[in-house]
Amino acid sequence: MIGYAAALRLASGIVLLAAVAMLWRRDLRAAVPVLAVQGVALGVVAGTLALHQHDVGLGVTAFLVLIVKGFVVPLLVWRVVRRDPKIRETAPLVNVTASLVAAAVLIVLSFVVSAKITALSPSVATRLVPLGVATILVGYFLLVSRRRAVSQIVGLLLIDNGIALVTFLVTSGVPLIVELGSALDVLLVVVVLQVLVVNLRSRLGTFDLDQLKELHD
Amino acid sequence: MLLVSILVIPLATGLIALVVPWRPLVGWMAAVSDAIVLALGIGLAIRTTSRGPMNALHGTLRADALSAFMVLVIGTVALAAALQSVRYLRVEIARGACTPKRATLYIVLVQAFVTCMLGAVLAANLGVLWVAVEATTIATTFLVGHRGTSKALEASWKYVVLCSVGIALAFLGTVLVYFAAIHPGGGPVVAHGVNTLDWTSLMSVAHRLNPDVLRLAMALIVLGYGTKVGLAPMHSWLPDAHSQAPAPVSALMSGVLLSVAFYALLRFKAIADAALGPAFPRTLLVVVGITSLVVAASLLLGQRDYKRLLAYSSIEHMGLLALGAAAGSALAIAAVLLHVLGHGITKAVLFLASGELHQSEGTSEIAKVPALLSRRPALGAIMAVGLVALVGFPPFVLFASEFSMFRAEVDVGMGWVVAVTFICLVVIFAAIASQGRRLLLGEPAVDAVQETTPRSVTVPLVIALAVCGLLGVIAWPLQSLLHAAAHVVAR
Repeated sequence: MIGYAAALRLASGIVLLAAVAMLWRRDLRAAVPVLAVQGVALGVVAGTLALHQHDVGLGVTAFLVLIVKGFVVPLLVWRVVRRDPKIRETAPLVNVTASLVAAAVLIVLSFVVSAKITALSPSVATRLVPLGVATILVGYFLLVSRRRAVSQIVGLLLIDNGIALVTFLVTSGVPLIVELGSALDVLLVVVVLQVLVVNLRSRLGTFDLDQLKELHD
Repeated sequence: MLLVSILVIPLATGLIALVVPWRPLVGWMAAVSDAIVLALGIGLAIRTTSRGPMNALHGTLRADALSAFMVLVIGTVALAAALQSVRYLRVEIARGACTPKRATLYIVLVQAFVTCMLGAVLAANLGVLWVAVEATTIATTFLVGHRGTSKALEASWKYVVLCSVGIALAFLGTVLVYFAAIHPGGGPVVAHGVNTLDWTSLMSVAHRLNPDVLRLAMALIVLGYGTKVGLAPMHSWLPDAHSQAPAPVSALMSGVLLSVAFYALLRFKAIADAALGPAFPRTLLVVVGITSLVVAASLLLGQRDYKRLLAYSSIEHMGLLALGAAAGSALAIAAVLLHVLGHGITKAVLFLASGELHQSEGTSEIAKVPALLSRRPALGAIMAVGLVALVGFPPFVLFASEFSMFRAEVDVGMGWVVAVTFICLVVIFAAIASQGRRLLLGEPAVDAVQETTPRSVTVPLVIALAVCGLLGVIAWPLQSLLHAAAHVVAR
């Protein structure tokens, strides 16, 4: 049986590792299981904190996160990927090797940024905040460096999962009503994006973001 | 009861529209619900100015004078937009561009959108405020893409991706504020509970919040909500979304959605002012404000599309609001709020008139619809007066609010900011005047559209412009409300 600190570190580490794996794999089908693993790890982080603090509300949140981010959201992304004839990120603006180097730089940067947060209340949990911040930054990097619509959805979800990780680590979750609301919002955004992809694809054939160039000044 | 009914009435109308098949009556019902919201908003304004803030639903909803003022703005613009929505949908259905089913979707989403905005300004909890603002993004995405053209879909994709990413930062900022609030320095630890993120309880511990964490949080909040406000450099979704959305939706988005996000910034700024002093939030807001003005001025100069012209002008006005908020005195905030109202009404009128133009002439290029004043005197005159009001000429209300903002900015030693602002405003005036001249004057083409615009379109717009003019001369009906609202968040 592993202890509280070890479980928390392991699960948080998996969240970041999953984000980096997204940069490494260009096959968009691979994004779905990686997202699911990340969602489950996030649920485990919340669950570990709930057990440690004997917090029932947080336990409910953990269960919710596990279901929504571990199963429902990956399933929705799968439904977008499944119909996509081009399943590889064929021409990212930055190649994989350079992306991984960039990820390393972003991770170092996130330790610097997070120092002030850890300093306010040093604990096992807050020392892990850099992992969450790094996940957010990797998500941003993915969003700006990839050109497939699905990659943009994945980038958005990485940012969201990173923010959820930071939220759990620094505050053991925001009040339940806010947690519920934000989970619902994320779910709806994914649904909206899914519908848009379907509409755009039916109009444009396949859907590369490069084709979105009609509007400009 | 008052607060609950302000939320329930538009929501219930939306639900009725969901089950009743589309007919114009459904659209009129939506307009009536907005009129009721406006009336309730007036009641709320009177109550909160005379007897202070009120709560409902065990403290989940809270309204002070600032919230009441925002309800008034939302009600006014929503009413104007709803009146035009009926005609917009009728014409779209008549020319086969829209099915009754999509008309139902439109009305339901607009009602959900208005409800979310009202929820945002009535939320006691800053987390709930975030949820409501994010929910507006979801409701409006399909509205932006409602016309279903590839351009409209492109605009809605950019809109939802950019705004979701932006607003995610605001959530991180909110979480950090919460983190600082449960670890305040110099005193008892605050209970880790549902009410910790309430604005009032945050204000009561603001002076004890950790400044390092709060600086980080405030930067994230300005970036995050700033995206939704349309402040440069996070503005790139705005011209696309505002030019592609149906005109009544553009009116709502430009007239109030931007201001609702700005309202969130004002609430957080009050906390940051108390925790950090005025210098840090002011620097942030001056940077984004000036950038917005410069971006708007440079892109307005060569603008050839009248809807995008109006969209860039929104970025300009949001920049002016950011600078006014940066000054932060009671006079500045009162002027900012008056500007929110003035801009909301003026921009709504212009977007609704341009929607009428776009629908009847099928293009949004300025060069293709010249000589509006001679061809279509009623619509042309409304556009002309609207543009004059928009660039801040007296007697219109934007003149009064801009003038007061400048005075307040000089009072707190932001003279150079006023100088830069003034240069940008001159450039913007020149740009809008030259494009406006091409739109309104000139030689009409031989086969140009001549038809007159129906009274049902022109009368509400003329009334709205008259209100703008009157408020610029006599602001007394609003004076005590503005005073009370400004003191809620002013230093």
